This record gives sequence, structure tokens and C-alpha cells, in this order.
Amino acid sequence: MTALDGNAIAGLLQEVFGREMTTVNGICASCGATRPMAELNVYLRAPGTVVRCASCEDVVMVLVTIRGITCVDLRGLDAG
Amino acid sequence: MAGAAIPGRLNWQLATVRELVDETARAKSIVLELPGWPGHRAGQHVDVRLTAHDGYQAQRSYSIASAPDDGHLVLTVERLEDGEVSPYLVDELRAGDELELRGPIGGYFVWEQSLGGPLFLVAGGSGVVPLRSMLRQQRAGGSEVPVRLLYSARTLDDILYRDELARLASVDVDIRLTLTRLPPDGWQGYQRRIDPEMLEQVGWSPEERPLVYVCGPSGFVETAASGFVALGHDPQRIRTERFGPTGSER
Amino acid sequence: MAPISRGFVGRRRSGVDPVRVPPGQYVTGDFPVLSAGPTPHTSLAEWSFTIRGAVDAPVSWTWEEFRSLPTETVTADIHCVTKWSKLDTVWSGVSLDVLLGAVSTTAGYVTAFSDGGYTTNLPRGDLTRGRAWIAFAYDGEPLAPEHGGPARLLVPHLYFWKSAKWVRGLELRDRDEPGFWENYGYHNHGDPWQEQRYQGD
Repeated sequence: MTALDGNAIAGLLQEVFGREMTTVNGICASCGATRPMAELNVYLRAPGTVVRCASCEDVVMVLVTIRGITCVDLRGLDAG
Repeated sequence: MAGAAIPGRLNWQLATVRELVDETARAKSIVLELPGWPGHRAGQHVDVRLTAHDGYQAQRSYSIASAPDDGHLVLTVERLEDGEVSPYLVDELRAGDELELRGPIGGYFVWEQSLGGPLFLVAGGSGVVPLRSMLRQQRAGGSEVPVRLLYSARTLDDILYRDELARLASVDVDIRLTLTRLPPDGWQGYQRRIDPEMLEQVGWSPEERPLVYVCGPSGFVETAASGFVALGHDPQRIRTERFGPTGSER
Repeated sequence: MAPISRGFVGRRRSGVDPVRVPPGQYVTGDFPVLSAGPTPHTSLAEWSFTIRGAVDAPVSWTWEEFRSLPTETVTADIHCVTKWSKLDTVWSGVSLDVLLGAVSTTAGYVTAFSDGGYTTNLPRGDLTRGRAWIAFAYDGEPLAPEHGGPARLLVPHLYFWKSAKWVRGLELRDRDEPGFWENYGYHNHGDPWQEQRYQGD
């Protein structure tokens, strides 16, 4: 299935990070591609939300909401 | 500035449906009243949440169709064939009902006067919704920033805001339609999916450095964005928003 | 609780028969497509299925070799952790009893791995005794890529995230290793009848 983009999870990201995140630049830890979070590939129809680099498709972020608590794995994102 | 949205805590709020307006056979605009609504920026969206009696919930995102200075919050929703939320919003929702939503949301896919132009809006299907907000915003600002809209839809009957766009076209706002299925007899506009040639004919050259906003289904957005890049446009002046099913099931 | 949306029911949820439908699930007529990433497109010429890891000798099958193994038609109910269940789905596949029968192992655990990097873990015992297949057809047609084709793991007695799409093999292990969703808090075993959705359930 084709992915959506970071705009589709703007509300979720704002809830989790406490601020608007779609304009924030994300650096892929795998290939170094840098782009706003809005331009990442988002796969939301799954047990969780998987966010992938639009260049190399490696996982940049995973968000999972279990029992009302959302956890975010940011290991695919470089601090830059 | 009226409509400046302050990013911060997102709370669920309860809006009241004031009116429902038919846009096409499949789409309606929902006019909402929400005291305390902080206003929004053109291009932003809201998350809508529905709750059934047994607690079952479904949540979807919808772009705001109204411009920041319009006075009401308006969403335009198109009924998806196998949708769960859109059929409810288009077919069941009535004036007087309450609708839970949060927003405004988004900081990337927004346009306001200060960002300048020229402004090239490229819409695929219901992707025209946030772009209509931008178009109204441009006019509210005295139309100082030049604007063009390229809008791709299947048939003329699928075109949203048809009367408004016709009125704008009649006062020389550059609006081009392309129909990908059955054009009506005597159709003078484009009759195919967007491609680099069309983008080049309708839009500004890379040297004129337009600000480009593309919204529509993922495939449409990818075609447009890569088309612009192939034509030599600065990728940093191209903003995209992909529409698609946002629920956890088909 | 959040305010009720007048007249909203959600997807048509038929009368739930507790004998057929595990707790918390509802029955759907469609076949939702859920994915954690882009659909891989591996050609049959490049495809292979491998069993490796804690085995005496790893074994691999090409598509032709795989398709010449004995196949079964399986009718099963499937249950997704996102709460939809689909009853009486019909698949064709090769039993894991046949595939695992080709290796010699004492390993207790399996990690299934797929094109695109997805993994999921199961006890070896959940793959044997006629309870699991590598499925290559759904409803009489070759398995579509968005549903996991050319072949996916099919383990209907567990939540469907364990039925790895685009499966390319099994890694046998002496120690259990959580897979993709298990790492993020989904239940290590995933029995829908005990509603084992998340760790701690």
C-alpha cells in the first residue's frame, strides 16, 4: 500500500512531543537524508505507526499506543 | 493577525454542526460552530473523533476548507466507498449534532501572505480542500501574491467548489482543470493525468521561484513533486500533503 | 468517556458468536490491508525460502522447489490485533510440518523473517502439528502483493501479526528473540482466545 506522509500524524506527533513537529527536520540515521518530518513516509494501518525515510525506506520512527500510553522509538533518527 | 494559531497543547473540543452544504453527490461541507476556536492558518487540518455507544472510537483527519478570516470553521468531506467515518459525516450528521475535534494541526503545509509567491496550487481530487483555504486567504490579502490553481479530478461532477472556482476564473484568477475520465462535450481544458508538460505550461518557471503546494492521493503527489523537481524547481519550495485512508482498517 | 456521536456505529459489526470470535474482536467482510512498510516486489526467480540457524544444516527452496512440495487447502478464521476478524478465509499453502521436517533441530524458538525487514517470533511448537503454513494463494488466486504475496506465513491460531507477510524464511533459535511488534510491547505469544494483545496481558 502507498504510504502517507508526516502530515497524517501531525496531531499524534504534537500530542507526543508537545509541539508542532512537521516542520522539524529529521535526519535518517541510516542514509543521512534530511527532510522535514512532514515529508517522511508514514504507514499507519498497522499495530503501530511506522515512519520511514522517503529516500531509503529504513525505519526512522515507530509510535505505538498501548493501554493509552504512546511510546516512540526514535532510534532511526539522528540528532544531527 | 486574525486566525493565528498558537501551537501547543492539543485538546479535544466539542463543535456544533451549524449547517451541511452539498458540494457534489459524494461530498458535503460541514459548517461548524466552536466557541473558543483560536483560528487557523490556511492549509491546516483537524482530527475528528467519533464515539459509538459502546465506546468504540474512530478518528480521521480533515483539512480545513474555510479561510482564516471566513468566520466559521468549515470542513469538506468526501464519502469514501468503503469508509467508516466519511459515510457518517456525509450521510448521517445533522445540523445541531456535536462533533468532537482537535486542532488546528499542522505547520508545514500552510500558506500565508508573508510567505509570498508566486503561489502555485496543485490539487488532486479532494486535495483541493486545503488549497481552497489558501486561495481564499490569497484573495483576502488583496490578491497581491499571484496565484494559479491546477485541479485534477475524474469528471466535472467531482469538482468541488465549482461555482466558486467559476466565479474566480471569471475575474481572471488562473484556474485550470484537468479531467481524467469523461470530459463533457466541448471540453476545452486538459483531459489527462498531470505530467511535467502540463505543470510547465500552467505553472511558473523555476527562475520565477514559485511556492508550490501539492495535495491529493499519494500517487498524484509523487507524480507532481517529481515532475516539478525534474523541471528544475527548488525542492525546498515544494510542499506536499498526501491524502489517503487514515483509519486502521480499510 | 468521550461524548457519544449520535447515530455512529462504526463498521457494521455483525452479531458476535463467542464460539467463533475471540473476545474484543468484531467480524469484517473485507480484508483490510495493514502494513508497516512499502510492499516488496520480489520476483519468483529471486524468491527462496530458507530454514537456518540452530539446525544441523540449513535448507533452502526455490519457488519451483517450494511449489512442488505437497500443498493443502486451509479454511481458517483470522484475527487481527486491531480488532477485526475474518471468518472462513481460504488459503493454499505448504504445511510447516513438511518444511520443518526437512531440518534436524532441537531449537525451541523461531523467528520468521520477511522481505523488507519484518520479523516475528514464535515457539516452534506453534508452527507444527498442522497449525501453520507458508501460504501462496488466497481465495483460489495467487496471493496478492499487498496481502503478502508471493508467500506469507499463516498461523491462524495466533493474532495475525504473527502471520508474517512476504516471508522468506525461519531462523531457528535456542533462545526466544522478540520480533518487530513484540519489541514494541505487543504480546510475545499472541493467543487471541486469551486476548494476549500486549505484554502483560
